[in-house]
Amino acid sequence: MIAKLKRMYGSGLEPLTYAGQNYMIVDSSMIPEILQVLRNEEQFDYCVDITAVHYPKREKQFDIVWVLYSFPRNERIRVKTQIADGAKLASSVPIWATANWLEREVFDMFGIQFEGHPDLKRILLPDGWKGHPLRKDYGILQQDNEWVQINLGIESGQ
Amino acid sequence: MTDRNTLSHLDLETPEKPFLDANELVINMGPQHPATHGVLRVILRLDGEKVLGLECVIGYLHRGVEKIGENRTYTMFNPYVDRMDYVAAVSNGLGYCEAVEKLLHVEAPPRAQHVRVILTELNRIASHQLWLGTHALDIGAITPLFYTFRDREEILKIFEKYCGARLTTHAFRIGGLQYETYNGFEREVTNFLDFFRPKIDEYEELLTTNRIWVERTKGVGKISAEDCIALGVTGPVLRASGVKWDLRRAQPYANYRNFDFEIPIGQNGDTYDRYLVRMVEMRQSVRIIEQALAALPEGPIMAKVPKVMKPAPGEVYHSIEAPKGELGYFIVSDGSTQPYRVRVRPPSFVNLQALDLMCRGQLVADVIAVIGTLDIVLGEVDR
Repeated sequence: MIAKLKRMYGSGLEPLTYAGQNYMIVDSSMIPEILQVLRNEEQFDYCVDITAVHYPKREKQFDIVWVLYSFPRNERIRVKTQIADGAKLASSVPIWATANWLEREVFDMFGIQFEGHPDLKRILLPDGWKGHPLRKDYGILQQDNEWVQINLGIESGQ
Repeated sequence: MTDRNTLSHLDLETPEKPFLDANELVINMGPQHPATHGVLRVILRLDGEKVLGLECVIGYLHRGVEKIGENRTYTMFNPYVDRMDYVAAVSNGLGYCEAVEKLLHVEAPPRAQHVRVILTELNRIASHQLWLGTHALDIGAITPLFYTFRDREEILKIFEKYCGARLTTHAFRIGGLQYETYNGFEREVTNFLDFFRPKIDEYEELLTTNRIWVERTKGVGKISAEDCIALGVTGPVLRASGVKWDLRRAQPYANYRNFDFEIPIGQNGDTYDRYLVRMVEMRQSVRIIEQALAALPEGPIMAKVPKVMKPAPGEVYHSIEAPKGELGYFIVSDGSTQPYRVRVRPPSFVNLQALDLMCRGQLVADVIAVIGTLDIVLGEVDR
């Protein structure tokens, strides 16, 4: 299957394996198409997880990862893409309904916007929070002091 | 301050529909509520007693576990993992330890894997017992709570004797186990199994053919198999909708392929079927523990892992069948002693997304039943 996709998409898709798990790095422009092909033709009907990793020193700072599973084939695969800070990505909600809250969490924690998402707002942090905690430049003890002061009435830094 | 933002998509105020339309009522089932199993806020849009739609507001228990994971070494992060799904802490530990073992390219020795299976299945029984007690209590049946919690004590006693803690056990280490099973472990587990088998029959006698229970749960919170798969719902909810899928069978881990057990499925995908599926799962867990005890080998309990763990750079995704569904760990290593990214794929978070679909057209009292039947733990939803 990977060989077939590689033939179809040539240089934009790079298949790899680590620790017995298959994953592929895809060019961000081809992501909507590849995900659609994986869902419709290759039967990856279950979107297990959507997450992101932040590499601040790299030019394309974010790695977005989709973990997909196919019930008929009993196979799991990861699709990765790399996007720059501030770039937007097409939402996977039309393809898998699971993506709704998963993408909201990626937006909440990393600030990555998904175009076409029905309701992209913060999910775990309060609505008025400023900052995206899972980025590497957000400190472990840092918090949105303004929000804490207004809403919880706590004056001190911690 | 934040309420307007949260309610914006419910179309409260538009030129066609004035605020407080006489036919629609927006009610807040606030974070403090005895039946939401933690701090979960549900905003219900009601037409009288019927639910037209709902929205879950979560994040009240968000502790930033994933951020903490980037600032602790692999071994130091192990206790944090228990605190997510604090009801089934042993499963969380199993998933994490196995994921890191994959990164280190080591495998736990056979004896360690057997004991891991025994403890994980005991924990599955304990988690289902807590689920049954609280779910029945929410619906109004008070007695099962006392029965299940009393019997759950026996399991917690075994955990306490083994690793010192009842709930957040930190039972496993990366590479195997730290503690050898105590003297009398096998005897006590066997005694527990003999004690427990008639207890499941007792719980079933209280509820399964109970007319009130059947009327409150049959046809409530129906979800079809296609919707489950589309929404990524896993665990007993998926199995009750008719999909015979269990990660212990489909992608075996920790020597589950050596054990023989059935995967229960339901037909209708309603609350009653989910109840039956979990009862059968408890029986199957008893069966697995029996087989694991009978085949328990001698040998070392810890593989050779370095004292200072520096896995090679790479990433791995490993998931297990937790009592609530598919619990996954996506760990990225950059070669240092601390993980670069720890992502926990929580089953309760993804299952909770389905709450809106399951409650449409049902009554308010059914919302409580559905929240209970989804078996969510807010520690896992929010991390």
